[in-house]
Amino acid sequence: MNATVARPQTRRVRWNGTLIAGIVMFAIVALVAIFAPFFYTDQAAELTGNSNLGTVAGHPLGTDALGRDMLARTLVATRTTVLMALAATSLAAVVGIGFGIGVWLAPRRIRNLGLRLIEFFISYPGLLLAIIVAAILGQGAVTAVIAVAIASIAGFARLTANLASGIAARQYVTTARLLGVPGPRIAIRHVLPNMAEPMLIITAQAFAGALVEISGLSFVGLGTQAPYYDYGTLLSDSLSKIMTNPILLVGPAVAIIFVSMAALFVGDGLAAAANPRSNAKQARVSARSDKSTSLEVPQDALLVADGIHVSHIESGREIVSDVSFTIRRGEIVGIVGESGSGKSLTASVASCLLQDGLHASARRLTLGETDLLGRVPQPELASRIGLVYQDPGTALNPALTLGSQLTDVLRTRMGMRRREARNALVAAFKDVLMPDPEGRLRQNPHELSGGMNQRAMIASAMSVEPELLIADEPTTALDVTVQREVLALIHRLNSERGTAVLFISHDLGVVRRLCDRVLVMQRGQIVEEISSMENLTVEGAQHPYTRQLLAATPVVSVANEEQQ
Amino acid sequence: MNETIVNVANLNVHFGSAHVLRDVSFALATGTTIGVVGESGSGKSTLAKTLVGTVPASDGEVWVDGLDVRHATRRQLADYRRRTQMIPQDPFSSLSPRRTIGQTLAEAIEPGRGRVRPHRERIVDWLERVGLAGSMMDRYPHEFSGGQRQRIAIARGLIVDPTLVIADEITSALDVSVQSQILELLAEIRDTLGLTMMFISHNLAVVQRVSDEVLVLYRGVVVERGPVAQIFNDPKHWYTRSLLEADPGSPGFTLDATALDAERSMASTPRGKASHQ
Repeated sequence: MNATVARPQTRRVRWNGTLIAGIVMFAIVALVAIFAPFFYTDQAAELTGNSNLGTVAGHPLGTDALGRDMLARTLVATRTTVLMALAATSLAAVVGIGFGIGVWLAPRRIRNLGLRLIEFFISYPGLLLAIIVAAILGQGAVTAVIAVAIASIAGFARLTANLASGIAARQYVTTARLLGVPGPRIAIRHVLPNMAEPMLIITAQAFAGALVEISGLSFVGLGTQAPYYDYGTLLSDSLSKIMTNPILLVGPAVAIIFVSMAALFVGDGLAAAANPRSNAKQARVSARSDKSTSLEVPQDALLVADGIHVSHIESGREIVSDVSFTIRRGEIVGIVGESGSGKSLTASVASCLLQDGLHASARRLTLGETDLLGRVPQPELASRIGLVYQDPGTALNPALTLGSQLTDVLRTRMGMRRREARNALVAAFKDVLMPDPEGRLRQNPHELSGGMNQRAMIASAMSVEPELLIADEPTTALDVTVQREVLALIHRLNSERGTAVLFISHDLGVVRRLCDRVLVMQRGQIVEEISSMENLTVEGAQHPYTRQLLAATPVVSVANEEQQ
Repeated sequence: MNETIVNVANLNVHFGSAHVLRDVSFALATGTTIGVVGESGSGKSTLAKTLVGTVPASDGEVWVDGLDVRHATRRQLADYRRRTQMIPQDPFSSLSPRRTIGQTLAEAIEPGRGRVRPHRERIVDWLERVGLAGSMMDRYPHEFSGGQRQRIAIARGLIVDPTLVIADEITSALDVSVQSQILELLAEIRDTLGLTMMFISHNLAVVQRVSDEVLVLYRGVVVERGPVAQIFNDPKHWYTRSLLEADPGSPGFTLDATALDAERSMASTPRGKASHQ
């Protein structure tokens, strides 16, 4: 089984500009909706002799055919319009989510039928559906709300059914099923609460849609009827004057746009907040000027890292503190430690890649003659450092063939032509003993085993002939026999080509077999450096943490040894 | 004691045209632990799912705790699944993020209603047994580390007093030191309660530590089966030997390419030859 470790979910709101703008705009709308009717109702209904005015003092947006102030009418109409849109959205959400969950719970045939039904309604334009329903039910505010709600039910139902089938695959749902928890209870306890974020986003979007649709219905005369009015009726009343007094249109038109933009901003902002893209991007490692330590730099040093610090920008918490090490040409250096020890971060600083939200600094960071502090040209770095990650399944794009995605790297980073890149890759595949290299290039990652995909990743990393190969837990997701093949491959590439290797692992057994030197990390610091693998035993290690790690590592005992 | 609780005979499972398990037979006595080893795709997890009754067998017999799992009624199966608990691999997706630990455990005790209050004592007791504090029952899963979550998953599996516990790769997502704590904990509880256990793992050293008996699966076939000492000290089948040698901790481990090539050609021999014992 693959030991893919799922990252713990973090539930923090990531504020962003769109979300803040949306919330501020929405707050304004809410204030207007609540208070405008108290202050302006009389003014909005007051019949003055000044009908059909343009912008004049006292009537910035003009007056309508009966001499009523358009600004006041627009502000007062906000409450009706927003309430109608809210009612339609809530109705659609309740019925849609209920239907979606019902479809998910139903036996397979009914479920398929339900899904088809949802698809059918999705493909039907919402406004058109709303107009048809309103035309059947008759005119009026209530029927407009119902019509618009019916038109947006399908969207909610589809999202619910899709999310539910995704969540149903999670282990906690499977476990609850095995425990005998009835279906509807699983839906309420486990499935619904876990779809809150996407639901909130689609609700905000549906609200914006409902607002426009309700205004549309009122505009064509199917919605709110006089003496009541909303944005749509105001717009339709003013439309006949568009040639003579266009200012009348401004109030309701701007209001519709403002409110729906507010909702859309909230929706988009929530979507952005719920889906933080924490992709690693090139980081600038800033220079530190504090006093240098006594880091001995051997003459044939390839990578020199002196005083690497990594900290969390927001909290200021230091995750890696003062890590110094060197890698000589042709050497295999291992970094071992447990999750959270900072071993992967140390390696990513060495390759100038860092996740968002982290800040890295070092006194000295050089690769050969190149100073990696400050701005480093990415192509140069890419051709000198090869990277291999833990899970080849997620590092490769399943939709592309190996050939197209791996040659991309060579073409963009190394400026090779297509044919040239392809040949280089075939050669690299042959080097890692991939059977039928040309055929492999035409295959998609899922057609290959995990070990083969990891071979392809190593081949791709080695195809640029890097001086340093950084391998971050490259065998953790692999079976033991495949692990040994991949280790043997790294070992052979190292001895044949002299490529230096930085090997990150939590498995001391693996490190002992592969590496020349090992750094043991705990809580962001190097606690021990072991330069002879014979000393990597409970007796030979100096630091208590190293001993503890070694003692905890389960070892197969064979042939005549005492059983535990 | 020591009566047979699991009896599997000539079990075959197909997924479409794929023959996932072939003629698997084994028996398990009360209070013993059987380790199942093999690589991805060897059928380890399928075997577990067939025992629990979530994957249908195409042929053969599966008897657990006096129940013919293949021909049981829905009601019998529902009751049976409570007595056969599966502890899942991934501590991060096995606990519902929006439910407190207490609610999760209460649901195991009383699936239909899941009330916490009447079962408070039992929940606290089990949290303490797995080395957590009873006061933690009101917390949510994200407040716990991977190792703590796995302790909670173990408590959920054992709180219902199961007759058979299936642990499917429960330590493979954990750090070594946490892994050894979890193994110790599980072994201790097993010995106190006299649990019968099936322990599935691709890590031989872990299996060796907890099992009495070992079953080696290779491409859906049981290539070797026997007491743990025999399998590890005197493996008969070449596949068992190659598994043992591939473990970096074993003396036979080598990164020498020629030795590996020879072995790989052996592994790629036709399937039929792999099944001889």
